[in-house]
Amino acid sequence: MNTQPHNRATPAVPPDEPVHTPSLLARMLDSDLWHSFVRSPVTVVSAVVALLYVLAALCAPLISPQNPFDPATLDLMEAFTPPLQANAFSGRTFWLGTDAQGRDIFSAILYGSRVSLLVGVAAVSFAALLGIGLGLMSGYLGGWVDALIMRIADIQLSFPAILIALLIFGVFKGIVPPELQDRVALYVLIVAIGLSDWVQYARTVRSSTMAEKNKEYVQAARVIGVPAPLILLRHILPNVMGPVLVIATIGLALAIILESTLSFLGVGVPPTQPSLGTLIRVGQDFLFSGEWWIVLFPGLALLILALSVNLLGDWLRDALNPKLR
Amino acid sequence: MNAPPVTPLLQVEDLRCTFDVSKPWLNRLIEGEPRRSLKAVDGVSFDITRGETFALVGESGCGKSTVARLVVGLYQPDGGRIVFDGEDPAQLDAARRQKLRRRFQMIFQDPYASLNPRWRVDRIIAEPIRVFGLMREDAQIRRRVAELLTLVGLSPADGTRYPHEFSGGQRQRICIARALANNPEFLVCDEPTSALDVSVQAQILNLMKDLQDEFGLTYLFISHDLAVVRHMANRVGVMYLGRLVEIADSRTLFEQARHPYTRMLLATIPDISMSGQARPAAQGEVPNPITPPPGCTFHPRCALADERCRREPPQLLPAGPARHAACHAVQEGRDAAPALRHDTD
Repeated sequence: MNTQPHNRATPAVPPDEPVHTPSLLARMLDSDLWHSFVRSPVTVVSAVVALLYVLAALCAPLISPQNPFDPATLDLMEAFTPPLQANAFSGRTFWLGTDAQGRDIFSAILYGSRVSLLVGVAAVSFAALLGIGLGLMSGYLGGWVDALIMRIADIQLSFPAILIALLIFGVFKGIVPPELQDRVALYVLIVAIGLSDWVQYARTVRSSTMAEKNKEYVQAARVIGVPAPLILLRHILPNVMGPVLVIATIGLALAIILESTLSFLGVGVPPTQPSLGTLIRVGQDFLFSGEWWIVLFPGLALLILALSVNLLGDWLRDALNPKLR
Repeated sequence: MNAPPVTPLLQVEDLRCTFDVSKPWLNRLIEGEPRRSLKAVDGVSFDITRGETFALVGESGCGKSTVARLVVGLYQPDGGRIVFDGEDPAQLDAARRQKLRRRFQMIFQDPYASLNPRWRVDRIIAEPIRVFGLMREDAQIRRRVAELLTLVGLSPADGTRYPHEFSGGQRQRICIARALANNPEFLVCDEPTSALDVSVQAQILNLMKDLQDEFGLTYLFISHDLAVVRHMANRVGVMYLGRLVEIADSRTLFEQARHPYTRMLLATIPDISMSGQARPAAQGEVPNPITPPPGCTFHPRCALADERCRREPPQLLPAGPARHAACHAVQEGRDAAPALRHDTD
């Protein structure tokens, strides 16, 4: 029975010779994900819109007609110019009109999207980092660590996210001296939104971790004495990232809306760095006096941004779900 | 006993492992239920000599996989000792335990779950080399991985692929390559072929035998497949509900089993000669291990059971040359009666 039943005479490749493998780009273009992406026109459109949005926000100083937050470039005589109509005094035309200070709405939206996107991305990263870390610990260690983290999550989940964000912001207003508030408000906003959103990351990662940690590849690593933090980081984390990616995409849209809501309520970013939500709040004061463009265009901009990111998240969720393939 | 006494490579003494299977604390409080525990391994002792293959067999749920996981340290025992080459890992500090770990490895049952799907094969195989710090240079590690892949019958070019690109048998070869990466002396194989097709099983088993001859490996081989065990093992331990009921040399056991449970297991092997003789079907089912029967746990299924068997758990005692059995009937000589006729000759 021991007469070399398996093929030892494999064609001997010199071990140092580089083996040809398709490039990363080639593999990506051949993946299931790419194929399902191309086959869904809605997804392609929303991806293009979202991408344009990010590019426009990043290049705002280069493409916007004026710097809307530099008082020197503003002219009060140009205030309340309707869209696509020449201003009676200067004769200038503004695509989307101007607001009470003569600020170009289009430029304000570009700059506002910057703040909205920055807060959204940063808040989601913060929430994901916190949630993934706590979820990994909870799922891997189990026992009282798991019970503690999950009960905190349950308690937090019983309050609406906006209430928690408002609460954190209220505490911040109470303890930070007023002269510092404008400078750190942006960071507090990021932390407040992030803290109100970590629970779903933690729950998802925890349940995936509990499934993965009993798989034999994790046990194989434990047999050779790989320390637990490295097992979590190198073995388990890459295998639980799929669902996290989906939540993060949908969470980005939610974070942007939450930020706008907070800014709309007047507790968000300071007026010196207005986001889309701040623009909408400012604009609604003029709604009944007929200057509809001041609130409509920032609102539409927010809608399009949130919708395209949300559609991308929906597609990603379906594409990564093997049961729907 | 004319051979000089050799110290066994692995000694397992009175190993015990209990799992807590009670409901959560709140449920227990509300429903007024006590804690429940499951004795997965209940006083198991055996020795494995260097270079031999010791097999543990038994039905599913008898605790054989738990023994394997206890031996490699995946579970902590609740009692007893595991001594590897004179050293008890539980007594060592972390650094020396890690040094001891270098000398053993494990092969798992499910080749689809035992390879990280996000890692390339070369990284998987190189992991033990890196963890134990056996080699530092990348080129050196690459050469060693290629050597290991060739050793298990794969091509060095396979290292750049991902596990999902391989079949079950090929994956098990990758697992074996990983297990050999740190030059272990002792391999724990937990049902290494039960997830594979029969034709592939033979290839993997033969590969394991060849590697044993080449590197002088010692195997602890866990299986429920008696045909596989007969092919692989020098000595066999039969487990039932967390206890060893019979240990014997493979030849002795398969030619003339003494414990009634072993005989029942052997009677279930399909008979290729079709002698037409009626064979007793396996009687009864394994009892619930949370509430095992008193006395000998096998007595509800045993034709030889009497009052003593229902009362008093039997000890594993010598029963003839190269054989231990835990059975009152065997000790009292009551087993000669043709209670189970399984002989096919």
